[in-house]
Amino acid sequence: MPEITVDEAIGLALAEEMRRDANVIMFGEGVATKRRDLVQEFGALRVRNTPLAEGIIAGTAAGAAAMGLRPVVDLLFTPFLCFAMEEIVNSAGKLRYISGGQFSFPMVVMAMTGSGWGVGAQHNHNLEAWFAHAPGLKVVMPATAEDARGLLKAAVRDDNPVMFFSDMTLGFQKGEVPLEERIVPLGQACVRRAGRDVTIVSYSKSLHTCLAAAEKLEGMNVSAEVIDLRTIKPLDESTVLASVRKTGRLMIVHEASGLFGVGAEVAALAAEKAFGALKAPVVRLTGPDAPAPASPALEQAYMPQAEGILAAARKLVGASR
Amino acid sequence: MIPRTEDGAARSMLETMMLVRAFEEQNVALAASGKMGGTCTSVGQEAAAVGVVKALRSDDLILTNHRSVGHLLARGAEPRRVLAEIMGRSTGYCKGKSGSLHISVKELGVILTSTIVGGELSLATGVALSLSMKKTDAVVACFFGDGAACEGVFHESLNLAAVWNLPLLYVCENNQWQAFVHRKETMLSDRIAPRASAYGMEGVTVDGNDVEAVHAAALAALAKIRATGKPMLLETYTYRTRGHYEPDDQSYVDRDELAQWRARDPIELMRERLLAERRIVPDQLEHIRERVTDAMAEALAFASNSPFPVASELTTDVYA
Repeated sequence: MPEITVDEAIGLALAEEMRRDANVIMFGEGVATKRRDLVQEFGALRVRNTPLAEGIIAGTAAGAAAMGLRPVVDLLFTPFLCFAMEEIVNSAGKLRYISGGQFSFPMVVMAMTGSGWGVGAQHNHNLEAWFAHAPGLKVVMPATAEDARGLLKAAVRDDNPVMFFSDMTLGFQKGEVPLEERIVPLGQACVRRAGRDVTIVSYSKSLHTCLAAAEKLEGMNVSAEVIDLRTIKPLDESTVLASVRKTGRLMIVHEASGLFGVGAEVAALAAEKAFGALKAPVVRLTGPDAPAPASPALEQAYMPQAEGILAAARKLVGASR
Repeated sequence: MIPRTEDGAARSMLETMMLVRAFEEQNVALAASGKMGGTCTSVGQEAAAVGVVKALRSDDLILTNHRSVGHLLARGAEPRRVLAEIMGRSTGYCKGKSGSLHISVKELGVILTSTIVGGELSLATGVALSLSMKKTDAVVACFFGDGAACEGVFHESLNLAAVWNLPLLYVCENNQWQAFVHRKETMLSDRIAPRASAYGMEGVTVDGNDVEAVHAAALAALAKIRATGKPMLLETYTYRTRGHYEPDDQSYVDRDELAQWRARDPIELMRERLLAERRIVPDQLEHIRERVTDAMAEALAFASNSPFPVASELTTDVYA
C-alpha cells in the first residue's frame, strides 16, 4: 500500500468523488488556487474560488444542495465557521425537518483546526461539540490518511450536511492508503488497539497520543484498549459500550475543551447504559476552558500528552473497586 | 406612462391580491380569537408580491421571507394547505413542521421561506448556481425586505451573484419597517436599489403598490436576466400597513404616514383603475368576491378538520 499524507488523502477523495458524480462541486476560499489538479480535470465551473465570506459560501452550498448538487466547501479554519453558523445550523441543519422532508442537504463543510502550528485561538478552535449539538448535522474527525479519504468519500455520498474537521498538524502525517477505493462508513468507530484493563476513547490527533501511551502502558502491565471514534455524530455507541463492558474503566481524551464536550457525552453514555460494568469513575483528559494559545510551550500544555494519559490510566486501574 | 397588463391577466392579478388580503385578514381574525398563533402578515404589500410572482415562468424558482403568503398564493399554493400548515396540521405543505414562518413547496418551486432575516439571500445564490450549471434560462426570484438589506449577507449575496453571473432577481420589498423599527432609524438612504450598482449590478425601484407597474418591471428584469445571465435588483417601494405580527397595536406607527399609505391601498388602486377604465365590470368583481369568500371558508374548514401530526413525527425528517 502506498504511503500518502492526510492532506493528499483528502485531495484523492475529492478527485475520486468528483470523477464518480458530476453533481459534486467544490468551492471556497482559495479552493481553485490550491487545487489546480481538480480545476484541470473538472473545470472552472465545478471548482471555484470565492470571496472571503464564510456565510455566503455555506449558504450557497446549502442552496445548491437543496437543488440536488453535492457541494463540498472549504472554510479554511474552524473558528471562521462562526461566520457561517446561520447557514450551517439554521439552514442546512434544520430545513429538511422544517420542510417536512421535502428537501435534503447533501453537502460537506471542511475546516482545519488543532494545535501544533502556533496559529492561536482565532485559527485553532476544536468546535466539533458545537456542531454535534445541532440537529441535522453529522460530524467527522479522521485520525489517519486512510480514514481521511474513506470518511470524506462517505461524507460526500451522505444525503445530510456533514462537518469534516481535519487537524492541521495531522495533515502532514503519512499513512498507508489502499490502492483500491475504500469507503469508511459514517458512524462506525474503530478499535485501534485491543486491551483488557482500560478503554481509552479518542479521535483525531489525540488518538496517536493515546496509542503511544497505550504502548508504554503495555510495558507496565496495563492493557489499554484504544477506540478511535472517527465520526463524532452519529456516535458509535455500541463499539464504546462493548469495550467499557469488557474493561470496566473508561477514559476519554480529546484536544477540545472538556466542559460540555464530546467526552462528557461519552461519559454520560457509559453512565446511562453501562453503569453496572464500571469499576471506577470515568476520567476525561481534555484541553482547558481557555482559548487555544499561540506559544509552542503553551500549545504543548494545552494538548493532552502521553505522560498524562499514562498517569491517569495507572491511577484509574489502581483506584478500581 | 402607467404600464397596462392585458385585461384578463389584470383581473387575475386583482383576484389574487384580494385572495391574499382575505387570507391574511382571516389569519388576523383567527389569531385574535385565540384559534391559532399570530402570523406576520403581508397586508399592504399584495401588489409587490403578486406583480412579481405572476411575471415568473413555471420553471423559475422562489425564495422568500416570513411575509410569504402573497408569494405562496400567487404561485398557486392552495390556501387550505397553507392555512393547515399555519395551524400546525399534518395536511400542511410541510406536514405542520414549518408553521407560518418557513413554508416551502417543492412542487411549486418555492424552495424556502426564511424567517431568519437574510436567510433567503444566503441560499438564493446556491439555488441560482444549480440553474446556471444546468444551463437553463430559468431564474431565481429572491424576496426580502429593507431589513434584510441591512444584514451583512445582503452584501455577500449580491457580490457573489454578480461575480458568478447568477440568474437571480433580487426583489427588495421596501415596506419601510424592520420588525418594530422604522427604516428611517436604520438607514440613511431612502432606497435600496442604488446599492446594486456597488456590485456592478443594475437596480431599479418601482411603485410597489401599483401591481401593473410591478408586473411590467418584473417582466423587463426577468427578460434581461435571461438574456444576459446577470443578476438584477428590483425594489418594490411599498408599506406594511399592519404590525410586525399579530396582534400588534401599532402604537409605534406614525398615524399620518399610515393614513397616507392606506389611501394608496394596492387593491383599491387596482380595483378603481379597472372599473374606471372599464376593464372589469361590477358583476365580474362580485364573482371574484364570491370566489374569494368561498375559498376562505373552504380553507378554514379543511384546515380545522385536519389532524395534528402524531407525536412520532417529532423526530422524523431530521436526517435523510
